[in-house]
Amino acid sequence: MEKIPILRMGDFLLVTIQVDMHDRLAMALQDDLTQKISETSARGVLIDISSLEIVDSFIGRMLGNIAAMSRVLDAQTVVVGMRPAVAITLVELGMSLPGVRTALNVDAGMELLRESLNGHEGIRHGSNF
Amino acid sequence: MAVISSETIPVTSEPDIVFVRRRVRETAAQIGLSLVDQTKVVTAASELARNTLIYGGGGAMQLESLNGPRLGVRLTFSDNGPGIPDIQLALRDGFTTGSGLGLGLGGTKRLVNEFAIESKVGQGTKIIITRWK
Ligand SMILES: Nc1ncnc2c1ncn2[C@@H]1O[C@H](COP(=O)(O)OP(=O)(O)OP(=O)(O)O)[C@@H](O)[C@H]1O
Ligand SMILES: [Mg+2]
Repeated sequence: MEKIPILRMGDFLLVTIQVDMHDRLAMALQDDLTQKISETSARGVLIDISSLEIVDSFIGRMLGNIAAMSRVLDAQTVVVGMRPAVAITLVELGMSLPGVRTALNVDAGMELLRESLNGHEGIRHGSNF
Repeated sequence: MAVISSETIPVTSEPDIVFVRRRVRETAAQIGLSLVDQTKVVTAASELARNTLIYGGGGAMQLESLNGPRLGVRLTFSDNGPGIPDIQLALRDGFTTGSGLGLGLGGTKRLVNEFAIESKVGQGTKIIITRWK
C-alpha cells in the first residue's frame, strides 16, 4: 500500500500530505507518525496540508488524534498551510480542531515549534481556531 | 429547471469516496461555483459518501448539474441499508452511533443550500443536497 512519507529534520518530523487520502491511508499515517515519534524521540511534528483541497470530519479527526498522541509522547504538532477555503468550510462544518495548533506555512510552524521548545511563555495561539 | 448532465457513481469502497470528491469538484468547477462553494459542496459530498459506505453498507451517488434559473449542482446519495430511525436526532451535532464526531449530517446541512432526507428503517436512506451558484 502507498504511504505518506515522513521526513526527519533534526528534532522535528515533517509530513507533507500531497494526495487526496482515502481513509485507510489517513489512519496509516496516524499510526506511522506515532511510531516515528517514539522511534526518533522527535519533539515536534509539522503537518503540511497546503495541498489538501478539503478537510472533512474524518481528516479533521485524524489531525486531532495526531496532536493528542504526539502530546502524550512529549512532542508538539503544528498543522500548517491550511487553505482559506478549507478553513471557512471546516468552521461551517462545525470542526474547530480543538487542541490542534496551526500556522500559516512551514516556516511559521517551525518558528512556533522552536519557540515553544525553548520554553518561551506566551506561545502564540493567534492562528488557532 | 433543466438537468444539464447526470451521472451515477458507485459508493462501495474507500477509493470510491476519493472519486466522488474528484467528480463533484470537477462538476462544481465546470458550472462556475466559487472556490469556497466548491470546497463546501465537495466536503459535504465526502461526508455523505462516507455515511453511505459505513452506515448504509454502500450505495451510489447521482451527480447532476442543473440550469434554471440558476446553475447548480445536485447530489443524491442512496443506499439500501438499515435506515435512520430518528432523523432529527441524527442531524444533531455530536450524535453518532459509530466512532465519528457526529458532525457529518448537521455539518453537511450547513454547507449546502438545499438538504432533504428520506429514510425508512429496514429499507434505506436517500439524501439530496443542492448547492446553487
Ligand atoms: N446512510 C445512513 N444509513 C443509516 N444511518 C445513517 C446514515 N447516515 C447517517 N446515519 C446515522 O446518523 C448518525 C449521524 O451521522 P453523522 O454523519 O452526522 O455522524 P457520524 O458519521 O457518526 O460522525 P462523523 O460524520 O462526524 O464522522 C450516524 O452515526 C448514523 O447512526
Ligand atoms: Mg458521518
